[in-house]
Amino acid sequence: MPRITVIVDGVTYEEDVEPRVLLVHLLRERLGKTGTPIGCDTSNCGACTVLLDGKSVKSCSVLAVQADGCDVVTIEGLGTSGSMHPMQKAFHEEHALQCGYCTPGMVMAAIDLLRDDPDPSEETIRQGLEGNLCRCTGYCNIVRAVRKGAQEMGQAVSTS
Amino acid sequence: MIPAQFDYERPASLAEACQALAEDDEAKVLAGGQSLLPLLRLRLAYPSKLVDVGRLDELKGVHDRGDHVFIGAMATHDEVMRSPAVTSGCPLVAMATSHVADPAIRHRGTFGGSLAHSDPAGDLPAVVLALDGVFVARSAQGEREIPAAEFFVDYLESSLAQGEILAGVKIPKLGDGWGFHYEKFHRTAQAWAIVGVAAAVRRSNGAITEARIGLTNMGPTPLRARATEAALRGVELGDAVRQACEQAAEDTSPPSDLHAQPDYRRHLARVLTHRAVRTAAGSP
Amino acid sequence: MTVQEVGQPRRRKEDARLLTGRTQWTDNLTRPGLLHVMFLRSPMAHARIASVDVSAARGLPGVVAAFSGQDFAAEQGSLPCAWPVTEDIVIPDHPPMAVDEVRYVGEAVACVVATDRYRAADALDAIEVEYEPLPAVVDMNQALAPDSPKVHEAGNKAFNVTITSGDVEAAFRDAPVVIDRTYVQQRLIPSAMEPRAVMADTDGESFTVWSSTQIPHVLRVMLAVVTGIPEHRIRVIAPDVGGGFGSKLQVTAEEVLCLLLARRLGKPVKWTESRSEGNLTVHHGRDQIQHVRLAADADGRIRGLQVDLLADMGAYLMLVTPGIPMLGAQMFNAIYKMDAYQFGCTGVFTTKMPTDAYRGAGRPEATFAIERVMDELAAELGMDPVEVRRRNWIKHEEFPYTTISGLTYDSGNYEAATEKALALFGYDKLRAEQADRRDRGDPVQLGIGVSTFTEMCGLAPSRMLGEANYGAGGWEHASVRMLPTGKVEVITGTSPHGQGHVTSWSQIVSDALGVPFDDVTVLHGDTAIAHKGMDTYGSRSLVIGGVAVVKACDKVKEKARRLAAHLMECSPDDLEFAAGAFKVRGTEQQRTIQELAYAAFTAHDLPEGVEARLDSDATFDPDNYSFPHGTHLCAAEVDTETGMVKIRSYVAVDDVGTVINPLIVEGQVQGGIAQGIAQALFEEAVYDADGNLLTTTMADYLLPSAADLPNFTLDRTQTPATSNPLGVKGVGEAGTIASTPAVVNAIVDALRPYGIHDIRMPCTPERVWRALEGVRR
Repeated sequence: MPRITVIVDGVTYEEDVEPRVLLVHLLRERLGKTGTPIGCDTSNCGACTVLLDGKSVKSCSVLAVQADGCDVVTIEGLGTSGSMHPMQKAFHEEHALQCGYCTPGMVMAAIDLLRDDPDPSEETIRQGLEGNLCRCTGYCNIVRAVRKGAQEMGQAVSTS
Repeated sequence: MIPAQFDYERPASLAEACQALAEDDEAKVLAGGQSLLPLLRLRLAYPSKLVDVGRLDELKGVHDRGDHVFIGAMATHDEVMRSPAVTSGCPLVAMATSHVADPAIRHRGTFGGSLAHSDPAGDLPAVVLALDGVFVARSAQGEREIPAAEFFVDYLESSLAQGEILAGVKIPKLGDGWGFHYEKFHRTAQAWAIVGVAAAVRRSNGAITEARIGLTNMGPTPLRARATEAALRGVELGDAVRQACEQAAEDTSPPSDLHAQPDYRRHLARVLTHRAVRTAAGSP
Repeated sequence: MTVQEVGQPRRRKEDARLLTGRTQWTDNLTRPGLLHVMFLRSPMAHARIASVDVSAARGLPGVVAAFSGQDFAAEQGSLPCAWPVTEDIVIPDHPPMAVDEVRYVGEAVACVVATDRYRAADALDAIEVEYEPLPAVVDMNQALAPDSPKVHEAGNKAFNVTITSGDVEAAFRDAPVVIDRTYVQQRLIPSAMEPRAVMADTDGESFTVWSSTQIPHVLRVMLAVVTGIPEHRIRVIAPDVGGGFGSKLQVTAEEVLCLLLARRLGKPVKWTESRSEGNLTVHHGRDQIQHVRLAADADGRIRGLQVDLLADMGAYLMLVTPGIPMLGAQMFNAIYKMDAYQFGCTGVFTTKMPTDAYRGAGRPEATFAIERVMDELAAELGMDPVEVRRRNWIKHEEFPYTTISGLTYDSGNYEAATEKALALFGYDKLRAEQADRRDRGDPVQLGIGVSTFTEMCGLAPSRMLGEANYGAGGWEHASVRMLPTGKVEVITGTSPHGQGHVTSWSQIVSDALGVPFDDVTVLHGDTAIAHKGMDTYGSRSLVIGGVAVVKACDKVKEKARRLAAHLMECSPDDLEFAAGAFKVRGTEQQRTIQELAYAAFTAHDLPEGVEARLDSDATFDPDNYSFPHGTHLCAAEVDTETGMVKIRSYVAVDDVGTVINPLIVEGQVQGGIAQGIAQALFEEAVYDADGNLLTTTMADYLLPSAADLPNFTLDRTQTPATSNPLGVKGVGEAGTIASTPAVVNAIVDALRPYGIHDIRMPCTPERVWRALEGVRR
């Protein structure tokens, strides 16, 4: 059984894994990182989105062995203790979640989207989130939240 | 949601990877995994072994090689669509790649993996076919080049032999005067193309001098709209273009599925080809 | 001065946990020694089970047990149907695991229990099942033909109902205009983002079931009834639940079987479905063929309406399957006055997944049909569709109004909502643009769709449920407990799964008791904590459960008043309650509710007959349904070359009565509109002629992403309900009910000059193109 090393939310793990184990199952079942949920089996819903070496991926679509040596950030690794990431705060402020199941993936995808475009238009946000499905919100407030999160992250950059 | 068991190998070189594949008929290449993993999760494929080529430097990168752009098989979609070599040397590839799946999948999915998967509904095969790309395959026997017209054999079937790995694709640069457009028609942003049209059009003094048109999802393989290409040669923009595009569905055998019957796909091919050609020709 | 909490856009208390991944989805939960269950499911729509051999699976590594339906035959009972809508309804036996015969693709035929889910998945491959195929029954009309193969021994008709009010024959006789249409409500897959999951454990005597359910209380009762395990030995917990939309208003095979497995093995077991498993086996929604006839005068006044439904039950009757079309029975007449109405419905068995509640449940179907027909009437008369509605709707001064179908609408103002919506939408300007595009022969045509809807919600007055032969009441329960330090614990019988009850209930309690919003906590979804409840569905939680909270607060205040009077040595009548304190009128003397809570806790000086607790319980059972309404307007662009539809703008003005939290109300409306649009444009569960579901994954069953929807413009009118003290009407389903006909009306409006008067849902580009091809020929 291959042994892999992977950093998740700042902690280094060494794990023996069957080659077929999906990254999302490694996170959830082995490492207790249940903040990242599973919503489908065809890579459509995006609920399991995490950052792999800084870029968004669907963790159901990566084998744990493929993540060997990589750095993974999940929804649980955002922000600092006691303080949410500006994007999480923006989702709260704009009521961008209802049941919350898609939320971890949506937040991770939103953060990734801003790497490219720190000040995205509504259209850019809608296109950028095409891989993440939400059944509750109708997306209006998610789009607003990403705009707000972008502004606040921009300010955080400019004042630091 | 749970793949069946398989062995896993992560060879250190392309040569080793070819060897590993040649040894096992049931082994499959793992590139970015964005087409393969869904098949494994739904247990629609039971490979004995996955040979992970995702980390082979030999397969990575996008290289401007003067008369062509060489896109390494393991270049991710995200890298390809942002690569200056691609956006300047073969912009049609960048345009179509930006339509592939969604951002997270484009971070993992690879140019070579997508093409080797040979899904006629994928956005890239028709583009590479339209641009007369040349596939470079490696095996224990060495390297061979496969013209795009010979690469796509059937539905989900390429002309790569077992033991052969796609190393990259040469996309010839077209000269001056060319315009490009990829027109994708789908019901939702996530859905596969019902029909897609990749158009490269060259104009000179107001007339079209050459057109290349690739069709997505109009048959078991990507297709060229040859009759339309021929009919477009020498025509001025206007009604003549529309007439030429009326032949876009000739010699196609579009599939029937949940989203469209063949006659509708043929109709779409004609309408979308006209739109793609007009846009590529700079006449929106 | 304290700010009134009700009406404030409070940010949700629920969010922090959900945003940081500290969630309690059922699949996140574990127990020491937890075993994983997976089900083998029938690939056949209809077959006799000749044999099931699980022996090879039993021998595989990590496999603890494997069972077939035969192994459960003696103990599994039959899944319940709680709504026998007629006396002669056919309710077939519905074993949680098929024993002799399978009747839809996806029905469980065997299961494995293993140490982890990977081993369990492998073991499924080792089970051998022999099927003897029987003919599939897929189409409702064919199912009713005399020579159709039978789904059940008793035949394919589950029930038939006819309800008549007024002289229908007279209404249609010599009517200047009769509109006769047939609409298809396609089958939908609810697609809550969290797939179902169940965990069950036992200490040998008692059982705990964790389930991703909307109805922990109903589930507990039903698990007891089905399995024979005494109710007091079953505890049901609905932890964090990731959406439901009616799909988790069910007593499922998997819940029963996991409970039985925990009992049989004496170990904790968990099952989590995959999405493709869920598409097959989470109950589906809608699926009706609606034959609608409307008679009108030449000036557009409706004379009568006749509705004849075929409703696809699927293979079995589940919890409220037959009740779903009946929830629409009194809604086809909608907001319109008429002289006569007839409703007929036949429930039909087919070899498909059973249908049951999906957001709106019967009311979207009814609203769709009437709102489509109103547009057809307008077109027939050459009248503006808004004007034809105006001529028929109940005027605001006519409330309360008893409709032809027998409901009494307590309140509403359709004029106000419509005027506001028309102004926001820019109706006249869009009509002008539409005319211009028509004149120019623009390949992209513009259509305008209107939907002036109402719904009956707040399910429901128990008396009315009894009259409808429903198996339970519609009351709701709440407890309010003042803690010694003055904080407040609220226990609600509703079971939220995204609706934000914790926040809204806190706002209600904050105003009622005069305590800070942050001092209130709300507990729910665990039958050991919230011991009484009727759960969450049918836009009922606020209208009934929220009111129960108010009633419980009232009782707390009454106790507190007696205590305060005792402590301040005055008569209770001398006290006035404001801003969280009882003041002796005309003096500065007061006791805050917190002080009184502490006094009750210490119990050092209690008056005669006052217990040492400032707690209370209340149930609320309304006298009537509530009737939210609204006007939705949609502008759609239709590309006549490709058939592609694009929504250009969407305006919704809803009247949901008093608004507790405008953020939450808007969120509900936005999400509802998106789901309704999705029915109009994207979604359909498709079965082939052999009864195979073709849309088993999210790659085939198309759900809209952010990239596929526009922004919506929302506004409100507020006409408080008179049927409850909060004046609230419910908002969970409004958007879904209103938006589907608004969108289809817009599409048909765009295509009307071509002679097209309907497009079947979902209005795919191909269907639009074929309709155009049909008239071009």
